[in-house]
Amino acid sequence: MNPPWLLPEYVEDILPPYAWHAETLRRKLLDLYDSHGYDLVAPPMVEFLDSLLTGSARDLDIRTFKVMDGLSGRQMGVRADMTPQAARIDAHLLNRQGIVRLCYAGPVLHTRPSGMTLSREPIQVGAELFGHGGIEADIEILQLLMAALKLAGLCNARISLGHVGLFRALSGGAGLVPEQERDLFTALKTKDVPALEQLTDALESTWKQAFRQLPNLYGGVEVLADARRVLPSLPGVSKALDDLAGLMAVRHEIQLAVDLGDLRGYGYHNGAVFAAYTGGQAQAVALGGRYDGAGAIFGRARPATGFSLDLRRILDCVVEVPRRPGILAPSSDDPVLRARIAELREAGERVVLEWPGQEAYRRESGCNRILIQADGAWQIQSL
Amino acid sequence: MTQITLALSKGRIFEETLPLLAAAGIVPEENPESSRKLIIGTNRPDVRLIIVRASDVPTYVQHGAADLGVAGKDVLMEHGGEGLYQPIDLNIAKCRMMVATPVGFDYEAAVRRGSRLRVATKYVQTARLHFAAKGVHVDLIKLYGSMELAPLVGLSDVIVDLVSTGGTLKANNLVAVEDICAISSRLVVNQAALKLKHGLVQPIIETFRSAVKAD
Repeated sequence: MNPPWLLPEYVEDILPPYAWHAETLRRKLLDLYDSHGYDLVAPPMVEFLDSLLTGSARDLDIRTFKVMDGLSGRQMGVRADMTPQAARIDAHLLNRQGIVRLCYAGPVLHTRPSGMTLSREPIQVGAELFGHGGIEADIEILQLLMAALKLAGLCNARISLGHVGLFRALSGGAGLVPEQERDLFTALKTKDVPALEQLTDALESTWKQAFRQLPNLYGGVEVLADARRVLPSLPGVSKALDDLAGLMAVRHEIQLAVDLGDLRGYGYHNGAVFAAYTGGQAQAVALGGRYDGAGAIFGRARPATGFSLDLRRILDCVVEVPRRPGILAPSSDDPVLRARIAELREAGERVVLEWPGQEAYRRESGCNRILIQADGAWQIQSL
Repeated sequence: MTQITLALSKGRIFEETLPLLAAAGIVPEENPESSRKLIIGTNRPDVRLIIVRASDVPTYVQHGAADLGVAGKDVLMEHGGEGLYQPIDLNIAKCRMMVATPVGFDYEAAVRRGSRLRVATKYVQTARLHFAAKGVHVDLIKLYGSMELAPLVGLSDVIVDLVSTGGTLKANNLVAVEDICAISSRLVVNQAALKLKHGLVQPIIETFRSAVKAD
């Protein structure tokens, strides 16, 4: 039998000192979003399934834990993503006509990890911008993402930019039926060139060439020029390439790359999408992109774009976090000592009371200093 | 220094990948058949090889333990290919995935009758998808080797297995009755490695691609 303290697979605790680190980072990230005018929302862990699974987010459906609501008899889901919740709030609760900027932080739950060795309980810290369809919104979100990565100490990250509109335009132009589109999408997603060649064999040469070029169109900004040369000049294609050119032109310290075959979130996203990778990690630490119209199911379709970071993935990148050193204080009724302790705590110090008999475990307390009575005053000495 | 790791399995895949590696100017320092080392250096300091079981190659690459790998389509179909790029069919280690039965077993009739076929195979996922597409109900029996034995001793009605020359089938009085798909090895690439180590990974992909085309 499993020991009772064993957690389910892909579910984990965050222990000291990492939990403090995560919490500090969460605050700093929210402060960053706040400084850009993003209002904090705290949506519930569970809500009715209909509102969690907006649009055609099939993938999300499989990943969502479902429970029956005993009160209403309806099916509820534990949120697997907070983005649809933010979209719901924007669509119905705020009643603002102009641009709405929302941010959030909290855990989500997945039935299966979105990649092996990942947690099934990612902690999303994200920002979403509603009400503006122009490239300015994508740029703001990209810049905020870069600032967030920098704040998290992931300066060596690399952001990969894609555009779902490109594939949509090509697939519409070629007149693909949904089934063909789905198969092509699967092949493109894994850059499965042999399958792609087979699937496009019967297409007219313009489309055949276009689809076959997509997996190769990744790299630096030069990819956009290549794409303009080899892809048919449909309005949707030009729009996508213009959007990406606009994003690539943003001043950046974090490396940007283009991947035109990146169709992550197809079906949910409809414009520029981004994924941030860091060395050493096979999965993205942050994901985002444009998802106009996700609010339609709530009665108000609005342009929308945003991103979220996974705090757990950021913790994975952190090599070592020191425990915050504290000051030991003897347990005593001396009012002078009490005042001194209060004063130190007020000044941001961590003061830990040591009761008689605990002297042997000083090492475990994480304190590097101690309050000692000397010359009629309480003085701090190093341990 | 950035280094890239290529996961290979011993035997046929290793042997047939050697010429492709040579085209990319990569020569292993040791032969895995004679060496017991699991990490093998190459003449290029920025490239190393790891030797793993064929069915483990996608796992190593998916997790980024290896940046690149060579894996058979059979293994990839079982693995699902999640998190991997599969940019090139290397056209090596070719064979076919087939359904085989004992000589004299009326496969067509069994399928027509709609009875539940007992299928012994190492490739459970592939077999499940194949029979589901045909609308045939099956009971799958997972085996790890010597599938040919199963129908002979009454463990199953049919087997799903790789067939290259057909020699083993013949020797055990079995016959291939249905072709599922052609199998060959693919180059698989870790999705993040393609982006983070683009400068090292991309030239290898290009060389492999042109070496395969030249054949």
